[in-house]
Order: sequence, then C-alpha cells, then structure tokens
Amino acid sequence: MAPPADARLQLETVRLTALYGRRAVVKDVSILFPTHTVTALIGPSGCGKTTFLRCLNRMHELSEGGWITGKVLLHGEDIYDHAIDVVQLRRRIGMVFQRPTPFPTMSIYDNVAAGLRVNGGRPRAELDAAVEGALRRAALWDEVKDRLRHSALALSGGQQQRLCVARALAPEPEVLLLDEPTASLDPAGTQHIEELCHELKTRYTIVIVTHNLQQAARVSDYTGFFYLGDLVELGRTEQLFTKPTKEQTEAYITGRFG
Amino acid sequence: MSARRLRRRIVSGTMTTLVGVLSFVAVLALVLILGHLVAKGASSLDWAFFTKNPVPAGESGGGVANAIVGTGIIVGLAGLIGLPIGIGTGLYLAEYGSGRLGWIVRFVADVLNGTPSIVVGIFAWTWLVKPMGHFSAFAGSMALAALMVPMLARTTEEMVRLVPHSLREAALALGYARWRTSLRVVARTALAGIVTGSLVGIARVAGETAPLLFTALGNLNFSTSVLEPMQTLSLQIYVYATGPFDEWHRMAWAAALVLMGLVLILAIAARWALRSRYGAAR
Repeated sequence: MAPPADARLQLETVRLTALYGRRAVVKDVSILFPTHTVTALIGPSGCGKTTFLRCLNRMHELSEGGWITGKVLLHGEDIYDHAIDVVQLRRRIGMVFQRPTPFPTMSIYDNVAAGLRVNGGRPRAELDAAVEGALRRAALWDEVKDRLRHSALALSGGQQQRLCVARALAPEPEVLLLDEPTASLDPAGTQHIEELCHELKTRYTIVIVTHNLQQAARVSDYTGFFYLGDLVELGRTEQLFTKPTKEQTEAYITGRFG
Repeated sequence: MSARRLRRRIVSGTMTTLVGVLSFVAVLALVLILGHLVAKGASSLDWAFFTKNPVPAGESGGGVANAIVGTGIIVGLAGLIGLPIGIGTGLYLAEYGSGRLGWIVRFVADVLNGTPSIVVGIFAWTWLVKPMGHFSAFAGSMALAALMVPMLARTTEEMVRLVPHSLREAALALGYARWRTSLRVVARTALAGIVTGSLVGIARVAGETAPLLFTALGNLNFSTSVLEPMQTLSLQIYVYATGPFDEWHRMAWAAALVLMGLVLILAIAARWALRSRYGAAR
C-alpha cells in the first residue's frame, strides 16, 4: 500500500520503537500519514497503539521509563532532534484523550483559549474570533454560545469531549491525535465526534486510535492494525476491511480474536 | 431469610446510632467550649476592650487593642513568610519530589511537624533574639512561620496529588511548559484545598503561645514596630489567665473569645473568597 503520489508527506515514523525501560511496546513501526487524511489505528488492548500515538507528540517520554528509538518526522524534520522545542512542538500537534479533560477551574471560553494564551497575549477580538472558530469547527458553538463564561464542568460528557477537541484545534495545529476519543461517550456523542473527523480532515491530518472497528471503517482513509507492538498491516481502509492481506488482520476484523 | 434480614437491620441500626452518638459527642465538646467562652467572656466585651490598651494591675477597665493589632501583625508577617515557602515546597514535593531530594524534604517536614512549638521558639531565640540583642515581633513571626512551613508543605502536597494525572497531560499536550502546567492547571485546580490548608495553618499559629514567649515576649503598650517586643492575644491570655486578679481572669476569657472570633472571621472570609464562581457547577 502506498499513499497517493501527490499527497504531501506531513508526518512519518521511521522504524519507531517505543520502550518502557527495557520493554519494547511498539516495535520498529514505519508509517506515512499523508496530509489531510484520517488514519485509524486498531488492535486489541495492550497492542501498543496508544503508546505509538503518544510518541507522535512526545508524550510517551513523560511516562515513567518511556523512551524511543527511530525517528518521527514532521515535514521531514525529526521531532526528537535536540534542537526541537518540545513545548512548541506540542502546539503544532494537538491531542484529544480517551476521557474528556476540561480544566475544571476554567470557563468554557477559557478552556478553548488556554492553548492560545500560552503563546503570549493577543488582542481581545482576535481571541474571541479564534475561540468561536474552534468551537464552530468542533460543532459545539450553537450549544454553548450563550454560556461561554460558565464552568466547563456543567457540560455533558459528549459536549466536554467536543470542548476538548475545540481546545486542541484553537492553536491551529497541523496534526490532530485522537486517543479513543469516543470511549466514554454515548452513541449520540460518538456520532458527533465521527462527523467531526470527516469535516476536520479538510484542514488537519488526523490520527485516531480506536477499539471500535466500525468506527475505524467509518471515519478513516487508512487503517493500521497493531498486534503485540507490531504494525501487522497498513492499507487503505476499504481494502484492509474487505481484502486484508495478512491472516492475523482477517482474524481480528472478523472477530475471531482480540 | 427473614432472621438474617432482621439481624442485618439490627446491626445497621446499632452502627448508625453509634456513629450518630459519637459525632454528637464531638460536636458537643466544641459547642460547650464555645458556649463557655461566650458565657464567661461576652459580658466583658465593650468598645473599650477593642480600643484601649491594658491598664496597670489593680485598676479596672482597659482593653487589648495592642494585642489584637499585635496578633494581626505577627501572624500576618508569619503568613507572608511562611505561606509562599510552605506552598512552594508542597508544590515541589507533589510535582517534582519523586527523587532522593524529595524524600529528604518530606522526611524533614514530617520531623518538623512533630517538633513541639516551644522547641521552635527556643531556636528562634537562639538564632534571632540573641544575635539581635532584644526580643522582637519579627523573631516571633519567624518562629510561627517555621511552624507553618512543614504543615503547609504536607497539606499542599496532598491537595496537589489529588489533581488527576489526565489534567496534567492535557495541559502538556496543549503546549504548556511544565512549570506553567504546575501553576496554571494543577495548582489552580487544587487551589480550594491549598487555601483551606493555609487557613488551618494560620489559625493554628494564631493561637500559639509557647514560641512567642521568648521571641515576641509581649508588650503592655501599643507597638507596631516589628523590631520591638509586641503583644499578642495568646500572650495576653497567658498573662491574664495565670495572674492572681479576678479582673484579669475576666479579661482572659474575653480575649480568648476575641481570638476565637478572629479565627472564625478568617474561616468565613476564606469560604467567601472560594465560593464557586460558576454556581451550579459544583
């Protein structure tokens, strides 16, 4: 499987191995993430897909004993290079977690503005516009526009998760990492997030980790199947789900294990 | 089946009654103390008590204005010194204190927490009063601050540790530097707990007497100079309560009531300052 030749390579891993101490949980994984596509990572629990995702914005190294070998290239530049400012890097690669994590002491507005404010002061009007834009893109604006000053905790779980998407989008990242973003949501909330994936890929490159195979099939252009830390198969989503080339992949997607 | 159910009900009822009685006893003690204070002290409270300085023994009248102001100055200064150090230490312990240094700091804080306050007073006397050559409110404040720091460090650490790890990660993933994550997200989320802890710390040292005996010493006159001896309510109560005159005993009760009142005002003020900004949210 090769991405279309015209796709600009935005994000790429080269022989990426992620370890906790001496234990490798992601082994020698090379993936290209073409610009403005959605790539889903599937596989059974503990297969390393979340750890892999956390390597892409250097969150893995924050875990106890976490380190990597290999490379992660963003526009051809190794993000693990010593010259890279990791704090700046994380502003270019946004992330949404499994459970909604709104900042409890901040209002809805301040939550979305949080990522913008760390970049220094901005004129009020500019901040307002950025917050509104991010909330619109996260399909939350209409539900919260009259209570921007209220606590983010007053929102439902699904709304909180879309708020987190808006918060991740506000600093205009180039890549959006979604770590099982619908795991704690009800079907309606899940549908909202999935629709978002479709809309957002026109502007962002999205990598989504999911346990839900139907979800991967619905939202992604490419799908990678992880098993025990290895990338078993990577291909166009419709191809991987209809004509997988590896027996393991077929066994997993037909529900024979995992 | 129904025998078992009966047994369950009896056990449940007995335990509920038991914990109810125990909490009643706990609250009763508090109410008795407060009631006694009010009964003994309230009658001596008048305008002069708050505005006049003490009068010489044998004369009646006078007040504890100097002690009220002195308590404010000494405890306030202790807070200015002790709160930042204590809270900062607690933040350090919770956020970065997993290594050897953290272990040592934690151990020292625990030992200091268990140190009798009079011992802290002796140290303050040795290191401050003696070199300076005279008793001073400043030395008293330092002694009280030294008592506050380990207490605050440990409570702050506990409160900060309660903040979910996921919030830290969310802030870091958003491009927050580590220090900014600690201050803006973690400390702010734990703020209510930290403020409560600070308040308890201030309230506790506000009533301390032993460490002030050989630092601030006490002063029969009105003084606002932190380099001079200064009176506090606790010292005043100590002098009055251990003195031979009925008039003094009466004044001691009233001063104790005022001290309780000050602590109460502090508690209410903190609650008010921390009232939820978002109404229904919490």
